[in-house]
Amino acid sequence: MAPIPIQDTLGMLGDNLERRRSVLPISRRRATAWSRGLEIPARGPTVLYTGQMYQLVPAINAMTHRLSGMEDSWMAGYFGLARRMNRLVNLAGLMARGSPQEVREYNEALRNIARLLLAAHVEFGYLYGVDRYAGALAHDEGLDETLQRHAARVYEDLKAAGVTEVITVDPHTTNLLRSVYPKIVPGYELKVRTYLEVLAALAPKPVERLAEVVTVHDSCLYARREGVAAQPRALLTESGVTIHETELSGKATQCCGGPIEMLFPKRSNDIAARRVEQLAKSADRVVTLCPLCLANLRRVGRPGVEIDDVSSYLVRGYCPRVPNGGAGAELTEPRHAAPAQAVAGA
Amino acid sequence: MRVDPTLRQALGDGNGFDASSCLNCGSCTALCPLGLELFPRKLFRYALLGARDKLVENTDTVYSCLLCKMCEENCPAGVHITDNVRALRVYLGREVFHLGPRGV
Ligand code: SF4
Ligand code: SF4
Repeated sequence: MAPIPIQDTLGMLGDNLERRRSVLPISRRRATAWSRGLEIPARGPTVLYTGQMYQLVPAINAMTHRLSGMEDSWMAGYFGLARRMNRLVNLAGLMARGSPQEVREYNEALRNIARLLLAAHVEFGYLYGVDRYAGALAHDEGLDETLQRHAARVYEDLKAAGVTEVITVDPHTTNLLRSVYPKIVPGYELKVRTYLEVLAALAPKPVERLAEVVTVHDSCLYARREGVAAQPRALLTESGVTIHETELSGKATQCCGGPIEMLFPKRSNDIAARRVEQLAKSADRVVTLCPLCLANLRRVGRPGVEIDDVSSYLVRGYCPRVPNGGAGAELTEPRHAAPAQAVAGA
Repeated sequence: MRVDPTLRQALGDGNGFDASSCLNCGSCTALCPLGLELFPRKLFRYALLGARDKLVENTDTVYSCLLCKMCEENCPAGVHITDNVRALRVYLGREVFHLGPRGV
């Protein structure tokens, strides 16, 4: 009986980042599936940079599920072998495919984010195959040499594509591109804002009032490092949502346990369960701002408590629906009829 | 506990570990969602003392940190706690686990 071995698990994920440019490599088709039909241009000075975080969640969930079955079991002893095999075939990718329903759901969140930006007349491109995982795990686990090399390659790709500004969608990619890369990539120069900051600055008019009561689970990275807490609240409130704040919110937020989900699944679940209990005291609808928080809090869940990504609220509040579309109707892809907002100046 | 006189320098020079202003007040441990008696205050003390064996013994604790900054936000001495935890990981990754491109 043994815990998840740190050396081989981190070794395997680090090997993947070095060799396959992601800790859990997924195909280009899967990474870009969310954008189908949105017809986002393949380039532009401003791009929506997903960092593949939403796309990776189903794979991370599947991996975490497998690892938690191995924690404190005889199987933990075979990680060394698994790591050696993973150098030859993408074993981690095979172990972590994720459920089709989850894949659809997390892709939908990205579609919602793109729709919100389009509805606010923000001009942006999407780099498809070049929109890569930014290296959050390597940074957190102290794999600095691996991260440095990876970051340089990510930046090179962005520069080669002529990008000067990125709009990010999650706290981990935001923190890396905005606060970590400038310290480790020579000559780094890129404007980085989250879609929540971009939207809040534009203050779009809601198209529907959402008479709902929620509580917000802040991401540690957003609230304590990147100053993102007021913007999602302003957007939610403006669209009619009432926020019942939990005691530990904003800069005092309590972590969801996500950062240790792979190495210490049980400990991570305990922290998530405690957090869900705290949040449930304020409202039975919880809004998350990060795909990893969403996954981790949902994993433990609680009967009667709904946990959803902030984009699923905002898209209803700010994006028009097709006329006569009933329940589940496809949201319109806004046309660029109105003059596009200059993002850099927004 | 054995003292390795080179540890503090290895952590400080190469990895930016600096807990010298720590007042040993324990606020960080009290606020930490992990609820581990050792963490992060005592572990930092071990690092400052050069107790390499204690760090290696407590590798699980070092890698359990969420880097959530709850402690750091409330540290009266402004210790960069999460940078320190990352510095310990960089050290353990290199020196103990031999991780990285040229690792095992
Ligand atoms: S809160 Fe700061 S000063 Fe107090 S023990 Fe922790 S690191 Fe030291
Ligand atoms: S950053 Fe680490 S030590 Fe500090 S409160 Fe969070 S989990 Fe605890």
